Amino acid sequence: MIVADLSPQELLRRLGGAGLRLRTGPVLNRIQSRLPKIAHGVALHYADHAVEDSAGFADFHVRVAPPRSLRRWMNPQVHFQFDGARPFLPLPADQAFPILEWGLNWCVSSHCHQYLIVHAASVEKSGLALLLPGPPGSGKSTLCAGLVSRGWRLLSDELTLLDLGTGRVVPLPRPVSLKNASIDAIRRFSPGAVLSPPVHDTVKGSVAHMKPPTESVHRATETARPRWIVLPRYECGAAPRLAPLSRARAFMHLADHAFNYDVHGRRGFELLAQVVAGSDCFDFQYGALEDTIAVFDDAARRV
Amino acid sequence: MSFVRPDPVVLALRDPAAMPGLSLPQWETLVRQARRTSLLPRVALTLDNLGLLQQVPPAPRIHLEAARTLAQAQAEAVRREVAFIDRALAATGVPVVLLKGAAYLVAGLSAARGRMFSDIDILVPQGALANVEATLLLHGWHTIKTTAYDQRYYRRWMHELPPLRHISRQTVLDVHHAILPITARLKPDSAKLLAASRPVAGEPRLRVLAPVDMVLHSATHLFCNEDVGNSLRDLADLDSLLREFASEESFWPRLTVRAGELDLTRPLYYALRYAVRLLDTPVPDRVLGAAEIGRPPTLVRGLMDALFLRTLQPNPASNGVASLARGSLYVRAHWLRMPPLLLAQHLAVKALRREEQKAG
Repeated sequence: MIVADLSPQELLRRLGGAGLRLRTGPVLNRIQSRLPKIAHGVALHYADHAVEDSAGFADFHVRVAPPRSLRRWMNPQVHFQFDGARPFLPLPADQAFPILEWGLNWCVSSHCHQYLIVHAASVEKSGLALLLPGPPGSGKSTLCAGLVSRGWRLLSDELTLLDLGTGRVVPLPRPVSLKNASIDAIRRFSPGAVLSPPVHDTVKGSVAHMKPPTESVHRATETARPRWIVLPRYECGAAPRLAPLSRARAFMHLADHAFNYDVHGRRGFELLAQVVAGSDCFDFQYGALEDTIAVFDDAARRV
Repeated sequence: MSFVRPDPVVLALRDPAAMPGLSLPQWETLVRQARRTSLLPRVALTLDNLGLLQQVPPAPRIHLEAARTLAQAQAEAVRREVAFIDRALAATGVPVVLLKGAAYLVAGLSAARGRMFSDIDILVPQGALANVEATLLLHGWHTIKTTAYDQRYYRRWMHELPPLRHISRQTVLDVHHAILPITARLKPDSAKLLAASRPVAGEPRLRVLAPVDMVLHSATHLFCNEDVGNSLRDLADLDSLLREFASEESFWPRLTVRAGELDLTRPLYYALRYAVRLLDTPVPDRVLGAAEIGRPPTLVRGLMDALFLRTLQPNPASNGVASLARGSLYVRAHWLRMPPLLLAQHLAVKALRREEQKAG
């Protein structure tokens, strides 16, 4: 069963009751919330994701709810709760869906040490993965959204999970988080993309999420071998330019952008060395998506 | 008195061998509770040690293995950090006594197995504080608490310097000169603790507290600390220390005598009471009898039972009663640490600051 199979009433009932058991890649989330914004967001972005029954083991139990205080009448807020604890400060109520997304990312990045987790977007073609590590503002999500709108498979937008045994990318296809100008850029570039209405004035500015392509969700169990490491840098008006990057620098960049490199010690070092050794590494500057996708399609064809 | 039904994580600590028989929904509860109480790595390493980890169903096992990985990385990081501290302070000639987690780890005690660390605690003679602090500052540690009030609060009333953080490694170090605040009602004599401290095998300069003192410090920490979030973890530490030291011949008779010498009979009484009740810690009857000297009046004990047994419940569906219990223990811990007027002043400053933060 998938989320789209549930009627809006049934979705609300599960979220408001014992929880919706939503599978995202290797992770089973149990999500509880009475907020209509959460139900709408889940229905829109997770329509193709599997819903499981309560017999299985849920990895993360999360809830988005208003704090119990008088403020809820004046200046409503929402809390992200994890196992009853509240790892973040509350946010204004219209940020309910973004806080769920950030919270689910946090669950993975701070607990799933069965993987080396890199703060990177990743996409796949012909079984080969393109990793886009980068800090917020580097344009990795925009590039990722553009690529998956043109036939690349979404592996993950925020958290690239590297299997410690095989060095392969384990997909975690969840909504792509778009910020500020990239929201309109993706609307223009890919009119068919399903985007949520933007939420303004978040810590990251205006935020909208893009639904992951159906095929990416269906193929969430197919891992991919890292083949390209590309450090994106968005520059307004710049022509796309791919410049070779030394493996040593690519290694350091991945290590800097890993959430749990320190946790894995020598194994983490060896894994990244393996990933970098098997990849072509580049700096990539781009100013518009239109002429950018061809650069990567060419690279994929040449392999 | 009524006894609250034990939670899965408590049962797991008591009888780890029964864990492979749990159902998936039971595992779900156990993993959540163990995570919440920072005990997931301990549960994982205990199972691993018993050779039972592979019998756990794959879905929860992934979390146990991830927690084990994290704990092993932390243990390695703490060893490294202890070496840095040791090297930095070598020139001072001041003996460095490690406390709590770092001590368990360096002394090779099973209480360190799967223990999570947030900072490193050391104990030095009060007369050496200035020298130790100056030396640490030279080696890259700097103070975290920067307001004048915080600085004065720590230096005048607390049993430790304001916490220090290393500028490049970001690790936090607490330098203690006592195990309870200067202002606390109980007055364990630090000189006695230092005098009885023991060397660590293979470490020329590092020391740890004597076994009885280690237990008494752990008990003091558990029952006089305002941070009740880690109570179950602290009780598990105690349980582990008691089980390990029980094989030392003079341990049990020394324990109650030492509690008297250090003015810690009350914390020891509570520690033994709750360790036995909650975790089935094997404590000889004659020791429990001797510890009765620290027993509070019956009414107080009833109240403490109600409060502690509640805060020791890791139930994720935190309810009003549990938060009331935690709030009461927070106030109690402060009450024990400071005289009333000072306490009122301190809580007022903290409350005002919270309001300022909200407004800012």
